[in-house]
Amino acid sequence: MPNLISRRELLKRAGFAGAAAVVPVGGDLLSETSTPPAALQTAASREPYEHLTALESDVLEAMVARIIPTDANGPGAREARAARYIDRALGGALASSRPLYSVGLAAVDRLSRSRGQAFTALSPEEQDVVLSDIEKGNAPGFADAAAFFALVRAHTIQGTFCDPYYGGNAGFVGWDLIGYPGVRTFVAADEQRLGADVPANHKSAYDYDMFTKAGMGTMPVER
Amino acid sequence: MATRLKDTDVVIVGLGAVGGVAALPLTQAGLDVVGLEAGTWLTKRDFAPDELRNNYRGWPQASQKANQEIPTHRPNAASPLFPRLTIHPMMNGVGGTSLHYWAQSWRLNPWDFKVRSETSRRYGAARIPTGCTVEDWPFGYEELEPYYDKVEFEIGVCGAAGNVNGTIDRRGNIFEGARHREYPMPPLRGTGFTDLMAAAARTLGWHPFPGPAAVNSQRYQNRSACMYHGFCNRGGCHVDAKGSTAVTTIPKAVATGRLKVVTRAHVTSIDADANGRVAGVTYLVDGTEYVQPARVVLLGSYTYENTRLLLLSRSRAYPNGLSNNHGQVGRHYFSHNQTAGVSALFPWKTNSWYGLPAQGVAVDNWADDNFDHSNLDFIGGGNLWVYSDRRPISAASMSTFGKTDKLWGSEWKAFIKENADRTNTSYLQKTTLPYEDNYLDLDPMVKDPLGFSVCRITAEYKDNERKLGLFIQDKMEQWYRAAGAVAVERAPVGPMGPSTHAYGGTRMGDNAETNVVNRWGFSHEVQNLGIIGASVMGTSGARNPTLTAQALAWRTAEYVTKNFNSIAPRRT
Repeated sequence: MPNLISRRELLKRAGFAGAAAVVPVGGDLLSETSTPPAALQTAASREPYEHLTALESDVLEAMVARIIPTDANGPGAREARAARYIDRALGGALASSRPLYSVGLAAVDRLSRSRGQAFTALSPEEQDVVLSDIEKGNAPGFADAAAFFALVRAHTIQGTFCDPYYGGNAGFVGWDLIGYPGVRTFVAADEQRLGADVPANHKSAYDYDMFTKAGMGTMPVER
Repeated sequence: MATRLKDTDVVIVGLGAVGGVAALPLTQAGLDVVGLEAGTWLTKRDFAPDELRNNYRGWPQASQKANQEIPTHRPNAASPLFPRLTIHPMMNGVGGTSLHYWAQSWRLNPWDFKVRSETSRRYGAARIPTGCTVEDWPFGYEELEPYYDKVEFEIGVCGAAGNVNGTIDRRGNIFEGARHREYPMPPLRGTGFTDLMAAAARTLGWHPFPGPAAVNSQRYQNRSACMYHGFCNRGGCHVDAKGSTAVTTIPKAVATGRLKVVTRAHVTSIDADANGRVAGVTYLVDGTEYVQPARVVLLGSYTYENTRLLLLSRSRAYPNGLSNNHGQVGRHYFSHNQTAGVSALFPWKTNSWYGLPAQGVAVDNWADDNFDHSNLDFIGGGNLWVYSDRRPISAASMSTFGKTDKLWGSEWKAFIKENADRTNTSYLQKTTLPYEDNYLDLDPMVKDPLGFSVCRITAEYKDNERKLGLFIQDKMEQWYRAAGAVAVERAPVGPMGPSTHAYGGTRMGDNAETNVVNRWGFSHEVQNLGIIGASVMGTSGARNPTLTAQALAWRTAEYVTKNFNSIAPRRT
C-alpha cells in the first residue's frame, strides 16, 4: 500500500505540509561543515547506514543518545544501536516514516542553528533544552515538532528493547537495563514465583532453530 | 469469466474460530464442506517469540486481506471519521484469530441471556437505558450449555468449575451457570503475583478464581502442555498448546475426507438466485474468479466482514443487501468496553516477564447482575482480570505514574530500570449494550483495493457504559490497594473503534423485524443462509466472546446436519 501513496501525500497526512512546502526534503539543510561531536567519532558508535544520510544519522544518533542516555545506570540507546535499528527499519517496516525523518531531522538541526549551533555541536545539556522544546511543540518553523519527537522516542524504545535480530538492543543492553531475562521457549513454575532469580540468558527468538523456518518441516497438504 | 466449481453441500466463508468449529459436526455427519479462507496455513514455526513483529508490526495481518478493509469509525452520524487504524485487530489464516488470541474461553452468565426481562423484573423496565435495543436471547443459558461443553472438550479448555449441576465449588467461579461436568483440564497454574492478588481479593471478601482458557494446562489430545513462555498475546503457539481451530477441529474435519480447505480465497459476494435462496459464493484467488455453488452457505467471517459481505451482496431479491429486506443488517452493533483500564505500581517486582494473558486471576463479584443494582445508576457489570504478561518494549513504554518530570532522559531511565517489572495493568471487560444509533454500514468513500466499500462503524459508549466503567475502576483500585500498590492510574473511556470483541450486525432473535437470524442462526429471509460468529450475539456479557460464538456455531452446524433436506433447496 505505501507505494501507492506519494511522499507529498504522506507528508501532508503527517501534518508536515507546511514544512515540505518551504523546505527541500532531505539532508540538504544539514551543513556540510557540521562537525560531529567527539562522542560520535568513536568506532563503537559509528554504523554503516542503509537509508539515512551521514548528516541525518549524526543528528539521529545524538537524539537517541539523549532520549536514553549513557549514564550511571549503564549503557543507553547509543550502545544499543537504536539509530541503526531505525535506519534499517526505514527501509522496511517503518518505510512510511522515512519522509518524516528527512524533514524532522533537518528541522531539529535548523532549530538548533537558529539558536547558534548545529545540534551535534551542542553539549548534552544544551541538546536536552532543544529536545524539550521540540517535545513540547515550542519550536518555531517546525510543524508538528511534538509528533516528531514522540515518533523518535517510540522508535528509540523499540531500537533499545527489541529482539537483537532487528539491529537494536545490541549486546542485550536494553534487556539488561530493565531486567528482562531473555527469550525462553519454556518457563518453569518456580521461575514465575515472586523473588525468583531468573538469570539473563541473552537469547534472541532467532537463536532457536525452529523459528528460522528454512529447511524444516513441510507445508500442510491442501486437499 | 469465473470458473464454476463442482457443487457442494455446505460452503463456509471463513475458517477461523467459528467456521473452523462448524466444519467438524458438518463433516462428521457426512456432509461435504468447502471451507474458504482468506489466509493460509500457518504452523508453529511461524510463531516466533518476537514482540516487535507480533505486537508492534502486526504480523501477519499487516500483509493480509484483513488489513485492506480495516473498518472506518466515527462516534456518531454528525461526526467526521476518526483516524483509521493501521493494523486490523483480527487476522486471516486457517484458524483465523484463534491462532493469536488470548484464548480466554468463558461461558456467558445466565443473566446475559435475559438482560431485558431480568432487569425489568428486578429493578423495573425504566432501568433499561434510553435508546437501548437490547432483547432477551431466544433461549436461555441452559439451551447453550451442552454446546459449550462440546466445544470445551473438542478444543480443550482448562479451568476450575464453580458450579457443577448446582453444586458450588469455591475454587471456581461461584457465579457461573450450572455446567454438567468439570472442565476437561485443570486451570493454568498461578504465578507468585496472581496468587498474591487472589489472596488480596479474599481479604476484601471477594471470590477470586483462575479463569478458563483454551490452552492446555496439561497434555491434551496429543498436543503439548503450555510452556508459559510469554508470547501468547498476539502470537501463535510454538508448541500447539493453544486450542486454535487450526490444530483442533479443522484437522479433525479434514481427516473425515469431507472438508476441502481453500486458502487465499477472497470472497466477494454471496449469490442469491431468483427464488431468494443463496446459490453459492463468488471468490477470488490471486485475481482469478471462482464460483462455488452450495446448497447451504454458512457465513463465518468476523462481525465486520459478515455485515459487509451481506451489504455488498445485492440482488433483485435483496436490493439492500442479502438478508436485509428488514433493514436489520448492521444494527444492534456494539463492541466490548475494554477501555477505562486501571494500572498499578508496586514497591516490589511482580516477576511477570513470562506467562500468558490467560494465566491469571478473575473476580466476578462485580460482573453481570451478581450484585444489587437497586441504588446504582447503571445495569450490568465487569469482570476484573489480572494476569501475567510483560514484554520488554511495552515494559519500557510504561507510564511513570507522574513520578518523573520527563518521559526520557536519565531520570526516566532510572525509573524504568527500577520499575519495569513493578507494574500491572488489569483487563476490565464490562457489559456493553446495543443502542439505536450505534450501527455498522458501508463507508460511502473508503474502499478496499478491489473497489468495494469497507465497513463503517458509527458508535460510541453511552451513559450506562461510562458509569459502569467508573464503578469498575473503583473496584479495581480497591483490589490493587489491598495488594499493596503504591500508585494507581486510571485510563479514560476510549473511542468505540474496531475491536476484537465486536458484536451484533446480524443479531439472533425470534422477531424478524428486529433480528437478522432466527434462533438457529439461519436468516429470517434466506432459507439456506446461516450466519455464525459474535455478529449474532445480542449481549456482550462481561467476558470474552469466542467460546460463546463457537458454541453457537456448533449448534447451528448441528441444526444443519439434522435438517439439511428441509433447509437446502433441491438440486436442479
